[in-house]
Amino acid sequence: MNRRLGALLLLMATQASAEIPEAERRSGYHDMGASVQAMQDDDMANPAMLWVLDGEKLWAQRQGAAGRSCADCHGEPSRMTGVAVRYPAFSESASRPISLDQRINQCRTEQQKAPAFDYESRELLSLSALVAMQSREHKIAPPDDPRLRTFLEAGAATFNRRQGQLNLSCAQCHEDNRGKRLAGATIPQAHPTGYPIYRLEWQSLGSLQRRLRNCLIGMRAEPYAYGAPDYVALELYLMKRAAGMPFEAPGVRP
Amino acid sequence: MTNALIRLPRSVKRGEAFEIKTLIQHPMETGFRAGTNGTTIPRDIIEEFLCTYNGVEIFRMKLSSAIAANPYISFHTVATESGTLFFRWTGDNGFKVEETARIAVA
Amino acid sequence: MDPSLTRRRFLAGAAIVTLLPLPVEAAPDDLAKAIKEVLGSAKLNTGKVTLDIAPLVENGNTVPMKVSVESPMTAKDHVKAIHVFNEKNPQPYVLNAVLGPRAGRASIATHIKLRESQKIVAIAELSDGSFWSAGTEVIVTIAACVEDLMQ
Repeated sequence: MNRRLGALLLLMATQASAEIPEAERRSGYHDMGASVQAMQDDDMANPAMLWVLDGEKLWAQRQGAAGRSCADCHGEPSRMTGVAVRYPAFSESASRPISLDQRINQCRTEQQKAPAFDYESRELLSLSALVAMQSREHKIAPPDDPRLRTFLEAGAATFNRRQGQLNLSCAQCHEDNRGKRLAGATIPQAHPTGYPIYRLEWQSLGSLQRRLRNCLIGMRAEPYAYGAPDYVALELYLMKRAAGMPFEAPGVRP
Repeated sequence: MTNALIRLPRSVKRGEAFEIKTLIQHPMETGFRAGTNGTTIPRDIIEEFLCTYNGVEIFRMKLSSAIAANPYISFHTVATESGTLFFRWTGDNGFKVEETARIAVA
Repeated sequence: MDPSLTRRRFLAGAAIVTLLPLPVEAAPDDLAKAIKEVLGSAKLNTGKVTLDIAPLVENGNTVPMKVSVESPMTAKDHVKAIHVFNEKNPQPYVLNAVLGPRAGRASIATHIKLRESQKIVAIAELSDGSFWSAGTEVIVTIAACVEDLMQ
C-alpha cells in the first residue's frame, strides 16, 4: 500500500492545479458514509451539540470588567444568522482580516473587557459553534471588500505553494486529485462548509485552523501558530473558493 | 458542569412506545491508550446509564471502553402515564450526572 | 536522496503512529468466552436480532450501531437483555442493556469504538430463557491524515 501511496504522491507532483468550477463543488459531507451523515443530520446524535449547549450558556453570561454578556449587545443567538458565512472579514482595528474566532475574542477584550479565550479552548469553540450554527443552510458569502484583496491573493498563493518535506501544495491533493483515494479515504475538495467540526479522529470539536494544522503536519511542513495571519489568509481564500456552497456547521467528519 | 442532552416527544398517546435519545459529554478514555510520555492514560469511562419512569426502572445499560466518547444512547419505552423520566450516568472517578424530563401522556 | 524514499519513510512512520494508541488486543477466544459467560448452558440461536452497523467505516472512534429484536414485548414474551460483543478490541464487551416489557420496542442505538476491522456480535436474551443472535463483519479503513499525538 505504501508503494501505491508513493505513486499517487508522485502523480500529484506532476500535475498542474486548477480551481474547481462552481457546479462541481462538493462538500466533504457527500464523501462520508450514510451513518456518519446521519450523525451530522440528527442534532441528538451530533456530539457537536454539546458544545453548542455550552455556547448558549456563555452567550447569556455576563463576563469581564464591563459585566456584559454577548446577549446584552447582540440579543438572541439567532441574530447571528448569516455572520459565520462571511468570515474572515476585515477588521478596522487589526488592519487585516480576522477569523470568526478572533472576532469573538475581539468582542471579549474590547467590549466585555475580559481576557481572550485560548484558541481551541472549549469556550471559544462553543461560542463559534453557536454562532456558526445560526448560518446553517445559508450560502457561503465572502465579503466583497477591496481591502481583502491582497490577503486573498496571499491565501491563494499559500494554497498553491508546495511546502514541507513532501513538497506538496494544498491544490495538488484537493484540486488535482480530488475524489481519488488516499489510503481508505476519499480526498475531499477541502471546502470549509461545516466548521467548527466534530471530527471523529479528534473525538472533539475543532476549528478550521486545527484542520489546516493537521494537513500541514501531514505534508511535513511547519504548522503556523494558531491565529497567524497565514492561516486567516488561507481561510479567506478557502471561503472564496467555496462561495455559494450551503453552510452546514457544526459538521461531523471522519 | 457536564452537559447532557435528552430528547423525547413532548406528548405521547397512552400505550404507545416512544424513543428517548440521550447524549452526554464524556471523554470515555479507554484505559488502553498510551500518552505522550509512553505511560498508559488511566481509564475514565461512564460505567452505567439508568432511566426510571415515575420511579420505576425502565432501562439500564452497562457501558465499556468500547463506547465512543460523548456517549449517545437511544432506547424505547411505553407511555403509561404523565410524569417524570429520571436519567443517571455513573462512572469512574466518582462521575455522576442526573437529569429529569417531563412527559405528557394523552 | 531519492524523494520517493523520503515519502515512503514518512508514510511508514505515520502507520506506526496510528497503531500506538491501542497496544492490547482481545484474543478471539475471549469473544467466545465472554459469550459463553452470558449463555451458560443455553443454546445460541440465529435470528430475531437485527444488527445495524455500516459494513465499512471511515473512523473507528465513533461508529453508529443499532440493535433491534423481533418481540411482542409483552409481560409473557419480551426481551430481557441485549448484549453486544466485539472480537478485536482490547476487551470483548461492548455493552449490555437491561430492558423489559415496558420498553414496548426492543431497539437500542449507540456509538461504539472499533480498534480495527473485526466481527461484532449482538445477542438478545428472551424472557423464555432463549438466546438469539446476529453478527457482522465491519471493515475499519485506515485514515490517511491523522493528527500527531501532541497538540
